[in-house]
Amino acid sequence: MLSIKDLHAEIDGKEILRGLNLEIDTGEIHAIMGPNGSGKSTLSYVLSGREGYAVTKGEILYKGKDLLKLTVEERAGEGIFLAFQYPVEIPGVTGLSFLRTALNAVKRYRGEKEVPATEFLKLAREKAEGLKMDQAMLKRFVNVGFSGGEKKRNEVLQMALLEPSLALLDETDSGLDIDALKLVSKGVNALRSPQRSALVITHYQRLLNYIVPDKIHVLAKGKIVETGGKDLALRLEEKGYSVLGLSDDETQAA
Amino acid sequence: MVEVAETEDALREATQREYEYGFVTSIDSEFAPKGLNEDIVRFISAKKNEPEWMLQWRLEGYRIWLEMNEPNWAFVNYEPIDYQDAFYYAAPKSDETAPKSLDEVDPKLLETYEKLGIPLQERAALAGIAVDAVFDSVSVATTFREKLHEAGVIFCSISEAIQQHPTLVKEYLGSVVPISDNYFATLNSAVFSDGTFVYVPKGVRCPMELSTYFRINAANTGQFERTLIIADEGSYVSYLEGCTAPMRDENQLHAAVVELIAHDNAEIKYSTVQNWYPGDENGKGGIFNFVTKRGICKGRNSKISWTQVETGSAVTWKYPSCILEGDNSVGEFYSVALTNNFQQADTGTKMIHIGKNTSSTIISKGISAGQAQNTYRGLVKVLGSAKMARNYTQCDSLLIGDKCGAHTVPYIETNQPTARVEHEATTSRISDDQLFYVMQRGLSGEDAVGLIVNGYCKEVLKELPMEFAVEAQKLLSVSLEGSVG
Repeated sequence: MLSIKDLHAEIDGKEILRGLNLEIDTGEIHAIMGPNGSGKSTLSYVLSGREGYAVTKGEILYKGKDLLKLTVEERAGEGIFLAFQYPVEIPGVTGLSFLRTALNAVKRYRGEKEVPATEFLKLAREKAEGLKMDQAMLKRFVNVGFSGGEKKRNEVLQMALLEPSLALLDETDSGLDIDALKLVSKGVNALRSPQRSALVITHYQRLLNYIVPDKIHVLAKGKIVETGGKDLALRLEEKGYSVLGLSDDETQAA
Repeated sequence: MVEVAETEDALREATQREYEYGFVTSIDSEFAPKGLNEDIVRFISAKKNEPEWMLQWRLEGYRIWLEMNEPNWAFVNYEPIDYQDAFYYAAPKSDETAPKSLDEVDPKLLETYEKLGIPLQERAALAGIAVDAVFDSVSVATTFREKLHEAGVIFCSISEAIQQHPTLVKEYLGSVVPISDNYFATLNSAVFSDGTFVYVPKGVRCPMELSTYFRINAANTGQFERTLIIADEGSYVSYLEGCTAPMRDENQLHAAVVELIAHDNAEIKYSTVQNWYPGDENGKGGIFNFVTKRGICKGRNSKISWTQVETGSAVTWKYPSCILEGDNSVGEFYSVALTNNFQQADTGTKMIHIGKNTSSTIISKGISAGQAQNTYRGLVKVLGSAKMARNYTQCDSLLIGDKCGAHTVPYIETNQPTARVEHEATTSRISDDQLFYVMQRGLSGEDAVGLIVNGYCKEVLKELPMEFAVEAQKLLSVSLEGSVG
């Protein structure tokens, strides 16, 4: 599904990713952990194609295609979905209308038929119910006046509707209480399938109790420094990143 | 000032010279030559078979106009207009310049029609190709007329009204925008080509939205349009003006006047979508649009609501206003003004509170992209008589890119201590975060901007009649094309 080789990327001339390698097979869920500033969010932005993040070296193959040649919206069309750490407000645009516009844009890209309004409404309501989201939330403007938990659930709702091949979850657990965390995890797990993959970026181990990854990687100073199974996360939780010989200072990418 | 004086001299000289050569226009001819003088005014009036009082009214306008100066306080910049270099009546279509088929039309314009979903057979007419228009709408219009007639609503061209309903026209024409009101309105008074007349009798709720689209002979009245709408006691009417399709017009200068009169308990809703040719992306060409729109809430509990979506014209100068004379009367102004490339818009409103408990709401959304300049200019005036008057103004500006400008010039004058006047203003940009968020969900950059801008304008767009709102949304997106990298 995803193959990253020797990836170097910088923002404003400052190198953040320094030779990152990562392979995610179809059907797998991987987790990336790491201290603040290690380049976790940068990786998600580079993968989704955000402007300002320059790849200076290395390659990314996604479904066998050169990902770096695709624009942001093409990547979305190809099934890459980023659940934002800080979802953005769009005043005046209702959740329903945003979701439908997005879904149809992606469908058009894939040469599929657009979803008729009534069918879409049913679909959106179903998915929202699954996430225990108030139906009224769909009629509110996207993320405007939402609590932190509501915003994250809204991200997962979008993901559920768009059914991505590769979901990137950027600290989706941050700021969630345990009930919200369970709901969000349920949403992610519901998408699990042999055809889909996910990359879960998190600071804390606790999310991985609910979304059990196939592999866990530790990112530090712009590189994967350790890869392991569930036990690695527990080890980090217990002893901190110093267990890997990383002091707090050294974990900073800059 | 020297310049103004010089222009004036030149103007007078030109006018005199025309006389010197004894220029007379034959009424039999279809076209009047270029330029403006008393004979042209007489010619227009004669062509329309107008009664003597109408001619005198026009001539008065013309004489006052000669003594006036073009206003220069608006934040717009354009080459001085040569008023003698324009046609004031049915300009002859020059066959050399008019496109002969769609193949000769600017492909960009055709692309825009495509995006707006304009039916194929209408595209040719809009692009200015000389075609014998087949009006499917004629039968529709007839049905319309019958229905309106049953309800007692008069809906016709102003020329027709001058012939058929002279008493009403005499009573109300110029009663809200006096002949001497301002340079452009006065010019319009002298030379108005045609326009719309509406009278809704007492207690009648007009059974349908009125639109120029369904008025036969509505073509070619855009240049000096004159509109007069009267809502008698307890009546209601909603009027739609304009068209989302970018219309080509050989006449660069447009100066329209709209007057609305609402009697006791009457309500007038006036919606505009203005999309005259804005000029090309280098700022070449485009319509100069100088409009005077004003309504008077004459009666108690009356209401006038203006909604406008302004995306066209190279220069827009327009301040739809309300005079709130009747006690408890309500004035509203909802506006979206979008400027791209080198467009300039100076637009806003005046709310004049005279009666007790009068209230007004102003919601203005200005969007600038490219190198455009967008100014909101508004006046809220509360007279001593307007006890407990209330105004709420919200004035938002959105910038796209870093070469455009947004300006806000609000005036508030109040002479009544019990009045409450609120003004809120914001200026913002479409953030990179917003754009990236929307594009990550699969939308192209332009579609993302369109979505965000439409959301931004929601409060105004929701005031438009349903099908108009849908068209306006598309229009906003199309008008912003090329504004993002």
